[in-house]
Amino acid sequence: MNLTYSSSELLTINAARMLRDGDTVFVGVGLPNLACNLARRTHAPGIVMIYEAGVIGAQPARLPLSIGDPTLVSGALSVCSMYDIFAFYLQRGNVDVGFLGGAQIDRFGNINATVIGGDYTHPKVRLPGSGGSQEIAAWANRCYVLTPHQKRRFPEKVDFRTSAGFLGGRAEREAARLRGKGPVAVVTDIGLMEPDETGELTLTALHPGKTAADAKTNTGWDLKVVANPWVTEPPTAEELRILREELDPQGIYLKGGA
Amino acid sequence: MTKLKSLSEAITQYVHDGDTVYAAGFTHLIPFAAGHEIIRQGKKDLTLARATPDLIYDQMVAAGCAKKVIFSYMGNPGVGSLRLVRGELEAGRLEWEEYSHFGMISRLQAGATGVPFMPMNPTAAGDLERANPLIRKVADPYGGGEVIVVPALKPDVAIVHVQRCDRDGNAHLWGIIGEQKEAAFAAERVILTAEEIVDEAIIRSDPNRTLIPGFIVDAVCHEPYAAHPSYTQGYYDRDNAFYLEWDKISSDPAAVKAYLDEWVYGVKDRSEYWEKLGAETHQRLTITSRPSAVVNYGNY
Repeated sequence: MNLTYSSSELLTINAARMLRDGDTVFVGVGLPNLACNLARRTHAPGIVMIYEAGVIGAQPARLPLSIGDPTLVSGALSVCSMYDIFAFYLQRGNVDVGFLGGAQIDRFGNINATVIGGDYTHPKVRLPGSGGSQEIAAWANRCYVLTPHQKRRFPEKVDFRTSAGFLGGRAEREAARLRGKGPVAVVTDIGLMEPDETGELTLTALHPGKTAADAKTNTGWDLKVVANPWVTEPPTAEELRILREELDPQGIYLKGGA
Repeated sequence: MTKLKSLSEAITQYVHDGDTVYAAGFTHLIPFAAGHEIIRQGKKDLTLARATPDLIYDQMVAAGCAKKVIFSYMGNPGVGSLRLVRGELEAGRLEWEEYSHFGMISRLQAGATGVPFMPMNPTAAGDLERANPLIRKVADPYGGGEVIVVPALKPDVAIVHVQRCDRDGNAHLWGIIGEQKEAAFAAERVILTAEEIVDEAIIRSDPNRTLIPGFIVDAVCHEPYAAHPSYTQGYYDRDNAFYLEWDKISSDPAAVKAYLDEWVYGVKDRSEYWEKLGAETHQRLTITSRPSAVVNYGNY
């Protein structure tokens, strides 16, 4: 049977599959939140969801629109201040996984969520800024980036480095002695990119029906492709059912793409 | 001694033109009633500090109260852009100072604990450090390499909305407690708004829940529903529909003016605002009860 699914569903399902049972995950709203909840209902029931608003072990009963929704609090394991969540949990090294997004992600996985065009003081487009992403990118053990695969989102070099990927290359990040390993995968609607030994994002997998040429056309640098990119398992009926019926029945986050 | 006064009196007395204001609350307990009263009183040249400016600062900036914002995430949470603050920044009409969330909260932590600055581990994302000269690097005096430091933030006035407090300002908060305690201790003056004013005995029945002691509080204002369209955990829900609606309103200057005219200048206080929202909205934001298990402090 051929199932149809949206780009957002494809991203979310592939992100969920990367989570391991028992991971402590710093969750953002939107697709990362859906991915964590999907993993929790399938292969990783022991995931601990941490929200930057200061919530640990959330069990949201409804889809939170904001990162500070009251449904995250009711039934949570613990609630603490913002200082505590960033200091005791993230800086201290108690977070396994961070999710990141941004307007631009470059060849070495650096992220821009601050300004596009012009300079910092006279930007063409002013974006919301770091929020928690500067610290998540540095200190979570593993980071995943979820984003549609579009050329404008993948420039050779970001206009502003809001959050560190591999900086100018893996050696530079290692020299900075950050506790986190940096971005381990970028999940797009075309496939997966993972850093090679130099930290350069390289196409390692394709979703069913997608080609390496699709990825290269939609990437702003000369994208390297591994010899035989593997093909991801298509979304299963059960994964789609959980997303559509239990997690986002109104399609607030999942209706995107086709 | 009672510190009870009307919100209008409290804003007149404790918020002055040119002040640095920290209206606290990470998504939760955002003191919208106080923000609207500041707009009605026409306060000017304020420096508005918040980790997330949220709609409250979008509205205060639109009303001409601000000369500067200090922030770490300038978006409409869960919706997208914070259009009015963003537009003023892009147009060069509003000064700003920017941090990551941890940097912003560390500034308050330093202010609240009386130290001149707070260290943080480096993140290696150097562009914000270059853009904001107040973010600096110093050598760890114990030989561990470099740390990033940010200076104490000491607002002239903090405004904090709480679930309940007594008339002296001893305040219980629960749910997301973002940076309310830090803002209150960091600030020179503290205005509380509260869903309920309760007897001191209620406060004393659960002392672990008292995040703010009355002796650092200047004014206590009884303002039910003061957080709408934000929320008060256990009292009413977040008005997500309004956060989505603001995205439309704020894309049209005429609609912004009409909103302020009708919902800020056009009402006398929060009680009139809440009545005006009407039964359907009240119903939509009503929540059911989920109490905690009772804690036994014991008699000693």
